[in-house]
Amino acid sequence: MAEAKHPEDEDGVQIDLISAERMDGKTTMEKIRMILDGVRDNNIVILEAGLTPDEESRLIEVTMTEISPDEFNGIEIETYPKSQADDSSLLGRLMGKEETKKLTVIGPANQIETLHKDETLISALVSRK
Amino acid sequence: MGLFTELKDSISRAASTLFSEEDPKRIGIYGPPNAGKTTLANRIARDWTGDAVGPESHIPHETRRARRKENVEIERDGKKVTIDIVDTPGVTTKVDYTEFLEHDMEKDDAVRRSREATEGVAEAMHWLREDVDGVIYVLDSTEDPFTQVNTMLIGIIESQDLPVLILANKIDLEESSVQRIRNAFPQHETTELSALEGDNMDEVYDQIAEYFG
Repeated sequence: MAEAKHPEDEDGVQIDLISAERMDGKTTMEKIRMILDGVRDNNIVILEAGLTPDEESRLIEVTMTEISPDEFNGIEIETYPKSQADDSSLLGRLMGKEETKKLTVIGPANQIETLHKDETLISALVSRK
Repeated sequence: MGLFTELKDSISRAASTLFSEEDPKRIGIYGPPNAGKTTLANRIARDWTGDAVGPESHIPHETRRARRKENVEIERDGKKVTIDIVDTPGVTTKVDYTEFLEHDMEKDDAVRRSREATEGVAEAMHWLREDVDGVIYVLDSTEDPFTQVNTMLIGIIESQDLPVLILANKIDLEESSVQRIRNAFPQHETTELSALEGDNMDEVYDQIAEYFG
Protein backbone atom coordinates (compact mmCIF):
# COMPACT_ATOMS: atom_id res chain seq x y z
CA MET A 1 0.00 0.00 0.00
CA ALA A 2 1.48 3.28 -1.08
CA GLU A 3 -0.12 5.28 1.73
CA ALA A 4 1.37 3.32 4.58
CA LYS A 5 4.89 3.88 5.81
CA HIS A 6 6.97 0.87 6.71
CA PRO A 7 10.32 2.02 8.08
CA GLU A 8 12.92 -0.75 8.09
CA ASP A 9 13.78 -0.16 11.76
CA GLU A 10 10.18 -0.47 12.93
CA ASP A 11 9.52 -3.53 15.04
CA GLY A 12 6.36 -5.06 13.66
CA VAL A 13 4.49 -6.58 10.78
CA GLN A 14 2.30 -4.44 8.55
CA ILE A 15 -1.08 -5.88 7.69
CA ASP A 16 -3.06 -4.43 4.80
CA LEU A 17 -6.77 -5.25 4.85
CA ILE A 18 -8.07 -4.51 1.38
CA SER A 19 -11.80 -4.06 1.04
CA ALA A 20 -13.85 -5.56 -1.77
CA GLU A 21 -14.74 -2.02 -2.77
CA ARG A 22 -11.08 -1.08 -3.29
CA MET A 23 -10.52 -4.09 -5.54
CA ASP A 24 -13.74 -3.59 -7.43
CA GLY A 25 -13.20 -2.38 -10.99
CA LYS A 26 -9.50 -3.18 -10.99
CA THR A 27 -8.14 -5.36 -13.76
CA THR A 28 -6.55 -8.73 -12.96
CA MET A 29 -3.03 -7.35 -13.37
CA GLU A 30 -3.80 -4.31 -11.21
CA LYS A 31 -5.01 -6.61 -8.44
CA ILE A 32 -1.98 -8.88 -8.77
CA ARG A 33 0.39 -5.90 -8.76
CA MET A 34 -1.27 -4.49 -5.65
CA ILE A 35 -0.92 -7.84 -3.86
CA LEU A 36 2.64 -8.59 -4.91
CA ASP A 37 3.87 -5.04 -4.23
CA GLY A 38 2.51 -5.36 -0.70
CA VAL A 39 3.93 -8.84 -0.15
CA ARG A 40 7.33 -7.87 -1.56
CA ASP A 41 7.41 -5.05 1.02
CA ASN A 42 7.06 -7.85 3.61
CA ASN A 43 3.45 -6.97 4.39
CA ILE A 44 0.60 -9.36 5.03
CA VAL A 45 -2.23 -8.66 2.59
CA ILE A 46 -5.78 -9.63 3.50
CA LEU A 47 -8.42 -9.43 0.78
CA GLU A 48 -12.00 -9.11 1.90
CA ALA A 49 -13.34 -10.64 -1.30
CA GLY A 50 -10.50 -12.85 -2.50
CA LEU A 51 -9.71 -13.59 -6.13
CA THR A 52 -11.45 -15.51 -8.89
CA PRO A 53 -9.92 -18.86 -9.94
CA ASP A 54 -8.55 -17.24 -13.09
CA GLU A 55 -6.96 -14.45 -11.06
CA GLU A 56 -5.46 -17.01 -8.68
CA SER A 57 -4.00 -18.85 -11.64
CA ARG A 58 -2.39 -15.65 -12.94
CA LEU A 59 -1.19 -14.70 -9.46
CA ILE A 60 0.73 -18.00 -9.28
CA GLU A 61 2.17 -17.40 -12.75
CA VAL A 62 3.31 -13.82 -12.03
CA THR A 63 4.67 -14.81 -8.60
CA MET A 64 6.83 -17.45 -10.29
CA THR A 65 8.34 -14.89 -12.65
CA GLU A 66 9.30 -12.67 -9.69
CA ILE A 67 10.99 -15.28 -7.50
CA SER A 68 14.65 -14.45 -7.11
CA PRO A 69 17.25 -16.32 -4.99
CA ASP A 70 18.05 -14.67 -1.62
CA GLU A 71 15.47 -11.96 -2.35
CA PHE A 72 11.94 -13.28 -2.86
CA ASN A 73 10.90 -16.92 -2.37
CA GLY A 74 7.28 -16.54 -3.35
CA ILE A 75 4.04 -16.29 -1.44
CA GLU A 76 1.98 -18.14 1.08
CA ILE A 77 -1.72 -17.79 0.32
CA GLU A 78 -4.70 -19.09 2.24
CA THR A 79 -8.42 -19.06 1.60
CA TYR A 80 -11.11 -21.22 3.11
CA PRO A 81 -11.58 -24.47 1.20
CA LYS A 82 -14.62 -24.55 -1.05
CA SER A 83 -17.72 -25.54 0.81
CA GLN A 84 -19.79 -28.44 -0.52
CA ALA A 85 -22.81 -26.17 -0.53
CA ASP A 86 -21.28 -23.83 -3.14
CA ASP A 87 -22.86 -23.98 -6.55
CA SER A 88 -20.28 -22.90 -9.10
CA SER A 89 -21.52 -24.95 -12.04
CA LEU A 90 -22.14 -23.16 -15.32
CA LEU A 91 -25.88 -23.50 -14.75
CA GLY A 92 -25.47 -22.08 -11.26
CA ARG A 93 -23.54 -19.11 -12.60
CA LEU A 94 -26.12 -18.55 -15.35
CA MET A 95 -28.80 -18.53 -12.69
CA GLY A 96 -26.88 -15.80 -10.91
CA LYS A 97 -25.56 -18.00 -8.12
CA GLU A 98 -21.99 -16.72 -8.41
CA GLU A 99 -19.82 -18.39 -5.83
CA THR A 100 -19.32 -16.15 -2.82
CA LYS A 101 -15.77 -14.91 -2.80
CA LYS A 102 -13.85 -15.73 0.30
CA LEU A 103 -11.45 -13.84 2.50
CA THR A 104 -7.87 -14.47 1.42
CA VAL A 105 -4.61 -14.01 3.31
CA ILE A 106 -1.38 -13.56 1.36
CA GLY A 107 2.12 -13.04 2.70
CA PRO A 108 5.78 -13.60 1.94
CA ALA A 109 6.54 -17.35 1.97
CA ASN A 110 9.34 -16.90 4.51
CA GLN A 111 7.17 -14.95 6.97
CA ILE A 112 3.83 -16.68 7.16
CA GLU A 113 3.15 -20.26 8.12
CA THR A 114 -0.26 -21.90 8.18
CA LEU A 115 -0.83 -23.75 11.42
CA HIS A 116 -4.33 -25.01 10.76
CA LYS A 117 -6.95 -24.69 8.10
CA ASP A 118 -10.42 -26.04 7.70
CA GLU A 119 -13.65 -24.88 6.08
CA THR A 120 -14.28 -22.24 8.73
CA LEU A 121 -10.92 -21.38 10.28
CA ILE A 122 -7.48 -20.31 9.07
CA SER A 123 -4.83 -20.12 11.77
CA ALA A 124 -1.49 -18.68 10.68
CA LEU A 125 1.78 -17.77 12.34
CA VAL A 126 3.28 -14.51 11.11
CA SER A 127 6.89 -13.75 11.91
CA ARG A 128 9.11 -10.73 11.37
CA LYS A 129 11.69 -11.24 8.66
CA MET B 1 -14.34 -13.60 -17.31
CA GLY B 2 -17.66 -12.27 -18.51
CA LEU B 3 -20.75 -14.41 -18.68
CA PHE B 4 -20.88 -14.16 -22.47
CA THR B 5 -17.25 -15.17 -22.92
CA GLU B 6 -17.82 -18.02 -20.50
CA LEU B 7 -20.92 -19.17 -22.33
CA LYS B 8 -19.13 -18.92 -25.69
CA ASP B 9 -16.19 -20.96 -24.31
CA SER B 10 -18.53 -23.63 -22.94
CA ILE B 11 -20.39 -23.88 -26.24
CA SER B 12 -17.19 -24.06 -28.29
CA ARG B 13 -15.81 -26.68 -25.88
CA ALA B 14 -18.99 -28.73 -26.21
CA ALA B 15 -18.92 -28.30 -30.01
CA SER B 16 -15.31 -29.40 -30.26
CA THR B 17 -16.22 -32.50 -28.23
CA LEU B 18 -19.06 -33.27 -30.61
CA PHE B 19 -17.29 -32.62 -33.88
CA SER B 20 -13.70 -33.68 -33.45
CA GLU B 21 -13.88 -37.08 -31.86
CA GLU B 22 -10.82 -38.29 -33.78
CA ASP B 23 -8.53 -35.65 -32.24
CA PRO B 24 -6.79 -36.99 -29.16
CA LYS B 25 -7.69 -35.04 -26.06
CA ARG B 26 -4.80 -33.43 -24.20
CA ILE B 27 -4.92 -34.63 -20.63
CA GLY B 28 -2.76 -32.68 -18.20
CA ILE B 29 -1.32 -34.52 -15.21
CA TYR B 30 -1.34 -31.95 -12.43
CA GLY B 31 -0.65 -31.87 -8.71
CA PRO B 32 1.81 -30.61 -6.11
CA PRO B 33 5.54 -31.42 -6.37
CA ASN B 34 6.52 -35.02 -5.54
CA ALA B 35 3.01 -36.45 -5.85
CA GLY B 36 4.21 -38.99 -8.43
CA LYS B 37 3.00 -37.29 -11.62
CA THR B 38 5.95 -38.35 -13.78
CA THR B 39 5.88 -41.88 -12.32
CA LEU B 40 2.22 -42.08 -13.38
CA ALA B 41 2.89 -40.54 -16.81
CA ASN B 42 5.69 -43.05 -17.35
CA ARG B 43 3.51 -45.93 -16.14
CA ILE B 44 0.72 -45.01 -18.59
CA ALA B 45 3.15 -44.37 -21.47
CA ARG B 46 5.09 -47.60 -20.87
CA ASP B 47 1.91 -49.68 -20.54
CA TRP B 48 0.46 -48.45 -23.84
CA THR B 49 3.38 -47.23 -25.99
CA GLY B 50 6.49 -48.86 -24.52
CA ASP B 51 8.25 -45.49 -24.03
CA ALA B 52 8.73 -43.31 -20.96
CA VAL B 53 7.86 -39.62 -20.69
CA GLY B 54 10.65 -38.30 -18.45
CA PRO B 55 13.01 -38.97 -15.54
CA GLU B 56 11.56 -39.58 -12.04
CA SER B 57 13.18 -38.40 -8.82
CA HIS B 58 12.48 -38.01 -5.11
CA ILE B 59 13.96 -34.49 -5.29
CA PRO B 60 11.14 -31.95 -5.78
CA HIS B 61 10.86 -30.18 -9.14
CA GLU B 62 12.56 -32.90 -11.18
CA THR B 63 10.06 -32.08 -13.95
CA ARG B 64 10.66 -28.46 -14.91
CA ARG B 65 9.12 -28.45 -18.37
CA ALA B 66 5.71 -29.72 -19.48
CA ARG B 67 6.24 -32.87 -21.56
CA ARG B 68 3.70 -34.25 -23.98
CA LYS B 69 3.41 -37.88 -25.01
CA GLU B 70 1.18 -37.95 -28.06
CA ASN B 71 -1.32 -40.54 -29.25
CA VAL B 72 -1.44 -42.86 -26.28
CA GLU B 73 -4.05 -45.46 -27.22
CA ILE B 74 -5.77 -47.05 -24.26
CA GLU B 75 -7.99 -50.07 -24.91
CA ARG B 76 -10.95 -50.74 -22.63
CA ASP B 77 -13.73 -53.23 -23.35
CA GLY B 78 -12.79 -53.49 -27.02
CA LYS B 79 -12.88 -49.72 -27.50
CA LYS B 80 -9.86 -47.48 -28.06
CA VAL B 81 -9.40 -44.14 -26.33
CA THR B 82 -6.60 -41.97 -27.71
CA ILE B 83 -5.15 -39.24 -25.51
CA ASP B 84 -2.07 -37.02 -25.36
CA ILE B 85 -0.54 -37.14 -21.89
CA VAL B 86 0.92 -33.85 -20.69
CA ASP B 87 3.19 -34.34 -17.68
CA THR B 88 3.46 -30.96 -15.93
CA PRO B 89 5.81 -29.53 -13.28
CA GLY B 90 4.43 -29.64 -9.72
CA VAL B 91 2.53 -26.48 -8.88
CA THR B 92 3.53 -24.38 -5.89
CA THR B 93 3.38 -20.73 -4.80
CA LYS B 94 6.97 -20.68 -3.50
CA VAL B 95 10.39 -22.01 -4.50
CA ASP B 96 13.38 -21.70 -2.17
CA TYR B 97 16.67 -22.81 -3.68
CA THR B 98 18.12 -23.57 -0.22
CA GLU B 99 15.79 -26.59 -0.01
CA PHE B 100 17.72 -28.16 -2.89
CA LEU B 101 20.98 -27.74 -0.96
CA GLU B 102 19.63 -30.39 1.44
CA HIS B 103 19.79 -32.85 -1.46
CA ASP B 104 23.60 -32.52 -1.75
CA MET B 105 23.38 -29.95 -4.53
CA GLU B 106 25.93 -27.17 -5.08
CA LYS B 107 24.55 -23.62 -4.72
CA ASP B 108 24.86 -22.83 -8.45
CA ASP B 109 22.96 -26.00 -9.37
CA ALA B 110 20.31 -25.31 -6.71
CA VAL B 111 19.79 -21.74 -7.95
CA ARG B 112 19.55 -22.96 -11.56
CA ARG B 113 17.09 -25.68 -10.56
CA SER B 114 14.94 -23.19 -8.65
CA ARG B 115 14.90 -20.80 -11.63
CA GLU B 116 13.88 -23.61 -13.97
CA ALA B 117 11.28 -24.77 -11.44
CA THR B 118 9.63 -21.33 -11.33
CA GLU B 119 9.52 -21.21 -15.13
CA GLY B 120 8.03 -24.70 -15.13
CA VAL B 121 5.24 -23.78 -12.69
CA ALA B 122 4.35 -20.71 -14.79
CA GLU B 123 4.31 -22.93 -17.87
CA ALA B 124 2.05 -25.48 -16.14
CA MET B 125 -0.44 -22.74 -15.22
CA HIS B 126 -0.47 -21.51 -18.79
CA TRP B 127 -1.16 -25.03 -20.12
CA LEU B 128 -4.00 -25.37 -17.63
CA ARG B 129 -5.68 -22.16 -18.80
CA GLU B 130 -5.14 -22.63 -22.52
CA ASP B 131 -4.14 -26.06 -23.69
CA VAL B 132 -5.62 -29.03 -21.84
CA ASP B 133 -8.98 -30.75 -22.38
CA GLY B 134 -9.03 -32.66 -19.11
CA VAL B 135 -7.01 -33.12 -15.94
CA ILE B 136 -5.69 -36.05 -13.95
CA TYR B 137 -5.00 -34.57 -10.52
CA VAL B 138 -2.43 -36.63 -8.63
CA LEU B 139 -2.08 -36.45 -4.85
CA ASP B 140 0.34 -38.18 -2.51
CA SER B 141 -2.04 -40.05 -0.19
CA THR B 142 0.51 -39.94 2.65
CA GLU B 143 0.29 -36.12 2.72
CA ASP B 144 -2.42 -33.73 3.95
CA PRO B 145 -4.55 -32.84 0.88
CA PHE B 146 -6.01 -29.72 2.54
CA THR B 147 -3.39 -27.39 1.10
CA GLN B 148 -3.97 -24.09 -0.58
CA VAL B 149 -2.34 -25.21 -3.82
CA ASN B 150 -4.74 -28.16 -4.06
CA THR B 151 -7.75 -26.01 -3.17
CA MET B 152 -6.80 -23.36 -5.74
CA LEU B 153 -5.94 -25.76 -8.54
CA ILE B 154 -9.12 -27.80 -8.14
CA GLY B 155 -11.02 -24.48 -8.11
CA ILE B 156 -9.27 -23.33 -11.29
CA ILE B 157 -10.00 -26.66 -13.02
CA GLU B 158 -13.67 -26.54 -11.95
CA SER B 159 -14.05 -22.94 -13.10
CA GLN B 160 -13.00 -24.02 -16.59
CA ASP B 161 -15.47 -26.91 -16.59
CA LEU B 162 -12.67 -29.38 -17.35
CA PRO B 163 -13.29 -33.04 -16.52
CA VAL B 164 -11.03 -34.00 -13.61
CA LEU B 165 -10.03 -37.39 -12.27
CA ILE B 166 -8.49 -37.32 -8.80
CA LEU B 167 -5.92 -40.03 -8.10
CA ALA B 168 -4.72 -40.93 -4.60
CA ASN B 169 -1.19 -42.14 -5.29
CA LYS B 170 1.37 -44.02 -3.16
CA ILE B 171 -1.09 -46.47 -1.58
CA ASP B 172 1.82 -48.89 -1.25
CA LEU B 173 3.12 -46.76 1.63
CA GLU B 174 2.01 -47.49 5.18
CA GLU B 175 0.97 -43.89 6.02
CA SER B 176 -1.35 -43.69 3.01
CA SER B 177 -4.90 -42.43 3.68
CA VAL B 178 -7.19 -42.39 0.64
CA GLN B 179 -10.18 -41.41 2.78
CA ARG B 180 -8.50 -38.13 3.73
CA ILE B 181 -8.41 -37.20 0.03
CA ARG B 182 -12.04 -38.29 -0.47
CA ASN B 183 -13.01 -36.05 2.46
CA ALA B 184 -11.07 -33.10 1.03
CA PHE B 185 -12.70 -33.26 -2.41
CA PRO B 186 -16.09 -34.90 -1.91
CA GLN B 187 -17.44 -33.31 -5.11
CA HIS B 188 -15.12 -35.55 -7.18
CA GLU B 189 -14.56 -39.27 -7.39
CA THR B 190 -11.16 -40.38 -6.07
CA THR B 191 -9.37 -43.46 -7.38
CA GLU B 192 -6.50 -45.00 -5.45
CA LEU B 193 -3.31 -46.38 -6.98
CA SER B 194 0.39 -46.90 -6.68
CA ALA B 195 1.93 -45.62 -9.90
CA LEU B 196 5.30 -46.96 -8.74
CA GLU B 197 4.08 -50.52 -8.10
CA GLY B 198 1.36 -50.50 -10.76
CA ASP B 199 -1.35 -51.25 -8.18
CA ASN B 200 -4.97 -50.71 -9.29
CA MET B 201 -3.98 -49.44 -12.77
CA ASP B 202 -6.86 -51.35 -14.40
CA GLU B 203 -9.36 -49.19 -12.52
CA VAL B 204 -7.33 -46.07 -13.38
CA TYR B 205 -7.52 -46.95 -17.10
CA ASP B 206 -11.26 -47.64 -16.81
CA GLN B 207 -11.67 -44.19 -15.28
CA ILE B 208 -9.50 -42.51 -17.92
CA ALA B 209 -11.62 -44.12 -20.67
CA GLU B 210 -14.83 -43.07 -18.92
CA TYR B 211 -13.77 -39.47 -18.17
CA PHE B 212 -11.80 -38.64 -21.30
CA GLY B 213 -13.02 -41.10 -23.93
